Amino acid sequence: MDIKDIIKEENLVYSKTKLMTDNVLSYCPGCGHGTAHRIVMEIIDEMGLQSNTIGIAPVGCSVLAYDFMNIDMIQAAHGRAPAVATGVKRTWPDKTVFTYQGDGDLAAIGTAETIHACNRGENITIIFINNGIYGMTGGQMAPTTLEGMKTSTSPHGRDLKKMGNPLKITELIAQLPGTYYVSRQAVHTPAAVRKAKKAIRKAFEIQQENKGLTFVEVVSNCNSGWKLPPVKSNQWMVENMFPFYQLGDIKVDGELVK
Amino acid sequence: MGELKLMKGNEAIAEAAIRAGVDAYFGYPITPQSEVIEYLTYEKPEERTGMVVLQAESELAAINMVYGAASTGKKVLTSSSSPGISLYQEGISYIAGAELPCVIANVVRGGPGLGTIQPSQADYFQSVKGGGHGDYRLLTLAPSSVQEMADFVELGFEIAFKYRNPVMILTDGMIGQMMEKVELKDPVPRWTDEQIQEISGSWATVGKPANRERNIVTSLYLDSAIMEQHNHHLQAKYRQMEAEEVRYETFDTEDAEYLMVAYGSSARIAQKSLTLARAKGIKVGLLRPITLYPFPAKPLLDLVPQLKGILSVEMSAGQMIEDVRLSVECKVPVVHFGRFGGIIHSPEEVLEALEQKIIGG
Ligand SMILES: Cc1ncc(C[n+]2csc(CCOP(=O)(O)OP(=O)(O)O)c2C)c(N)n1
Ligand code: SF4
Repeated sequence: MDIKDIIKEENLVYSKTKLMTDNVLSYCPGCGHGTAHRIVMEIIDEMGLQSNTIGIAPVGCSVLAYDFMNIDMIQAAHGRAPAVATGVKRTWPDKTVFTYQGDGDLAAIGTAETIHACNRGENITIIFINNGIYGMTGGQMAPTTLEGMKTSTSPHGRDLKKMGNPLKITELIAQLPGTYYVSRQAVHTPAAVRKAKKAIRKAFEIQQENKGLTFVEVVSNCNSGWKLPPVKSNQWMVENMFPFYQLGDIKVDGELVK
Repeated sequence: MGELKLMKGNEAIAEAAIRAGVDAYFGYPITPQSEVIEYLTYEKPEERTGMVVLQAESELAAINMVYGAASTGKKVLTSSSSPGISLYQEGISYIAGAELPCVIANVVRGGPGLGTIQPSQADYFQSVKGGGHGDYRLLTLAPSSVQEMADFVELGFEIAFKYRNPVMILTDGMIGQMMEKVELKDPVPRWTDEQIQEISGSWATVGKPANRERNIVTSLYLDSAIMEQHNHHLQAKYRQMEAEEVRYETFDTEDAEYLMVAYGSSARIAQKSLTLARAKGIKVGLLRPITLYPFPAKPLLDLVPQLKGILSVEMSAGQMIEDVRLSVECKVPVVHFGRFGGIIHSPEEVLEALEQKIIGG
């Protein structure tokens, strides 16, 4: 049998969603950003929302998300994506609006915008990629950087006394009445991807019902910033990030998960 | 004739916005302009026209809400005063870079720093010369009456959409707070989704239909060759504004040997000084720039042959004077007069400066 006999429509088990463009991803090979992009776009596609969706790209490695996501998109200033999304959603309440932000963007410079958009219960979805570091600018310390973790601005490891504690912003915003669904996921294994996709789909479904803000954190790797090969970086993430940033739903149907 | 009302300048901006079919207002309270958002929240424009009004958590959030809504082709207004406008600068630079239309009112107060809540014209450089980062320009309108506070909202949106550029209404605490008779235009409905599609469908991010490429609102061009191209495109737009949007007004310039140049509140005061001077037989005129960018350089230069001296009058330590000097190409002496830091000069003080610094000097 020739390979050509196998490449047939009925044998197709997977194809790239047409909501991802053919542009070459600018992410480092092994980085979780690409997978996270793909599942968000698969969901928009499966829900038939392409013509109704506006995405907000942050400042960070995913600043160019609009090159890869085949939807209308707005590039926001560093940290301001939730305010930009508010401006869109308030004037187009029937559209689906989401932000896609890194931890520096969402939990440092944009903390106020994050908390207040959550507190107002804006009917938007926030996808939060937590890789514990500033990827784009070359691996500086983020608010989410773990204790003792080495970055270019905590070269001797994060010292909690001097540099403060890693911020669990997701637990923090889950306390606010404006958030309706809050979950923490990962995309490092096929099983994790399936779970993350389910959570993100749920977030977008709730948005259609205008029940409040939905927020999905994806704990992800930054193999370049962490200075580890991709597979090792994922192992490191499982061993070090997951014990602190525990995966699973944090708030469901407006109620904190016990 | 439209409806006549006695209103504060700040209220006139708010009422004119509802009547001009503005889609959204985002802002954060600050004296001396909080009446804008207070009037809007009291008036329930969501019931009158469907206009959205939202008090943001900060000026950073407010200007980025403006950026978001403006990205979708909506007519978006915001207002603030000096310290708040300083916080807007990053957002304004993004809005200019991404070529979005919007109208921003700055009801200027004395500075620097927290300054004072009294009127000032010391934010001229900030709005006319940049303020935020990068090579960009704001179309800057300077109302000198409550009537113009109302009229410039509509005019502002007209030119903001013509050029896809932010428009600044540069006013101050005096015009924002004072009450005058104002004729309000009859309300026009907000644009329908179909009209937005027609007017801004080629660039606005309202959801990608199957039959067009995705629309992207961004000011990022990592390839510097493309970034330079984008800058050339912006500059061409600014040259067009300079050719087509200059607005100004003159008083008693026909036989004038001396000229006062003043905008906004200072122009109102200078009008009185003009009457006082003419009563004394002094042949003085007044040129009031209505657009500060683009500045009325040519009309000023055209007056030069008949002039012996120019008094640039502003409530600052001397900012507009730089544009006056550039306009007249050093062919006639230009001197500054103005009180500042929240003090408003009197017509008599202006006359005295004219007599001592220009005629006597
Ligand atoms: C106002 C402003 N400050 C700083 C920067 C520089 N900057 C760009 S990306 C970034 C950090 C991004 O980190 P994160 O949000 O964690 O995203 P990642 O790159 O890790 O995906 C910083 C500090 C900027 N572009 N704008
Ligand atoms: S720097 Fe880190 S976050 Fe950025 S693309 Fe590379 S691996 Fe991903």
